[in-house]
Amino acid sequence: MNIVIASGKGGTGKTTLATNLASYLAQNHQVVLSDLDVEEPNSALFINGQETQQTDKFKMIPKWNGECTGCGICQDVCAYNAILQLGTNIILHAQLCHSCYACSELCPIDALPMEPVQMGVMSEIKTPVMEFIESKLNVGEEQAVPLIKETTDFIQEQYPDPVIKIYDAPPGTSCPVIEAVKTADYVILITEPTPFGLHDMSLMAGVVRDMDKPFGVVINRYGVGNDDVLDYCSKEKIDVIAKIPNERKIAETYSRGELLFEKFPAVKAALRDIEHHLFSLDPGAVS
Amino acid sequence: MRRKLKEIVVISGKGGTGKTSVTASFAVLGGNNVVLADCDVDAADMHLLMQPEIQQSEAFFSGAIAKIDPDLCTGCGLCAEVCRFDAIFPKDDKYVIDPLNCEGCGYGPRVCPEAAIDMLDANVGDWYRSTTRLGTHLVHAKLGIGADNSGKLVTKVKEEAKQLAFAEEKPILLIDGPPGVGCPVVAALAGADYVVIVIEPTVSGIHDLKRVQELIGKFRIRSGCIINKFDINLDVTNEIKDFIQEAGIDHISDLPYDVNFTKAMTEGKTIVEYAPQGTGQYLSKSWTKINQLIQLERG
Repeated sequence: MNIVIASGKGGTGKTTLATNLASYLAQNHQVVLSDLDVEEPNSALFINGQETQQTDKFKMIPKWNGECTGCGICQDVCAYNAILQLGTNIILHAQLCHSCYACSELCPIDALPMEPVQMGVMSEIKTPVMEFIESKLNVGEEQAVPLIKETTDFIQEQYPDPVIKIYDAPPGTSCPVIEAVKTADYVILITEPTPFGLHDMSLMAGVVRDMDKPFGVVINRYGVGNDDVLDYCSKEKIDVIAKIPNERKIAETYSRGELLFEKFPAVKAALRDIEHHLFSLDPGAVS
Repeated sequence: MRRKLKEIVVISGKGGTGKTSVTASFAVLGGNNVVLADCDVDAADMHLLMQPEIQQSEAFFSGAIAKIDPDLCTGCGLCAEVCRFDAIFPKDDKYVIDPLNCEGCGYGPRVCPEAAIDMLDANVGDWYRSTTRLGTHLVHAKLGIGADNSGKLVTKVKEEAKQLAFAEEKPILLIDGPPGVGCPVVAALAGADYVVIVIEPTVSGIHDLKRVQELIGKFRIRSGCIINKFDINLDVTNEIKDFIQEAGIDHISDLPYDVNFTKAMTEGKTIVEYAPQGTGQYLSKSWTKINQLIQLERG
């Protein structure tokens, strides 16, 4: 079962929920947690484990072999201005390349073979209770999507069902989060009971609906703000799976990088609610 | 003589640290001197506090998306064969494009023997010129769902706000920046006079601060730090203070953990309006300090 935790924007408690839910479920199930916020992975700060393997991740980029007839096709076909042809010289801007292969495959003399270039690193970390996979994009690298895809592909292959796979999605509603949600059997949207929370969650609900994925909402910091998120969910027939209360002590515990559910019964109860909800959807997922 | 326009960008490394609440407070304090730009186009929330009345709205196009003409498609599948993004798939003996997957590379149309594929300009969002509930100027945008190129939309919003500030002879351009350290933030930072970093004293907060510093260090822009909820973890707050001192970042202020932030937001207000004698006063002092700093810096 693939569970993606998303929120529409940052700071609503995605990482908190992902790390706590994974650790909680790992008490009774086989669990893999993965941080797909490859630009700013923070889950590792809450997970104590031993790195067992580190793998360089690559994307495919054309490399000029020095030959050129000056036909100009490569520059002409590149939609991203990643190729500049000057006479019979080719200049490549690897950061702009989207790895579409058009220049490489359409070059009449095969002068631009595709070659792997390192774009980030994937770490496999073993904790006493679960596996944790973190991918980190190199600073300055602009394309998060290929690394997210590499990571989800790896996990699908390496850990087939019934392992429970929990993915901490990147923030926002643009390409990276869409790539992360593609894998999902179920999406949990975490939000806050405030106008900001409602606004961002409703955008994300639109994305998930467009993608035809089943989803439900977890309300974090419940007790502040107002009831508009609850009203919205009831009007839109969206399940509110659990509520995590607002408490200064929770914020303090989080600030130290500690897990919450062992200290706060209300958090544990919320995780139990989520567990029941997930397994009522897919009883076969229990390992 | 017209004063030089000062650009102040507020960023946070990640979302949810109070960046928009802080920026909106500064917009209230700066009043008519300020043109406000919401460059957090991916999750634009400024409008919830500023309740703008849209004066002008324009579609924004960037990149392209492929579209197959079903009358011309013979179902040969060549386009799907060359597509590296799984964006083209067969449907009823023909092929169709999944716009969420299409990267706009244009490879498909190049190989189509029937010239059945067109590349259409992609409408990635809309941008607006508005008047806020305070009667001041706001330029903001809405990024389309699943759209890429938010960096380009950020640049557009910023350019429009800048032109407006010049036209109206306003001295300050105040920018609510995007989260993260990627391309949109770089677009927001270009040309800034001062960067305000809003950060929380958590293990992830300091981690994000270090990445932000790595980025702004490259730009050599003077920057200052506001520590929000400083009292939830004094150890990390002190660690942040040590770090910024060493990095040459101004320490602007510490804001206490205060549920009034959320209460104010729930009422569509800023904290300087909701609790002017409480936490609001720290933001008033912060704004005064930033104004002094940018005057000192550029004269």
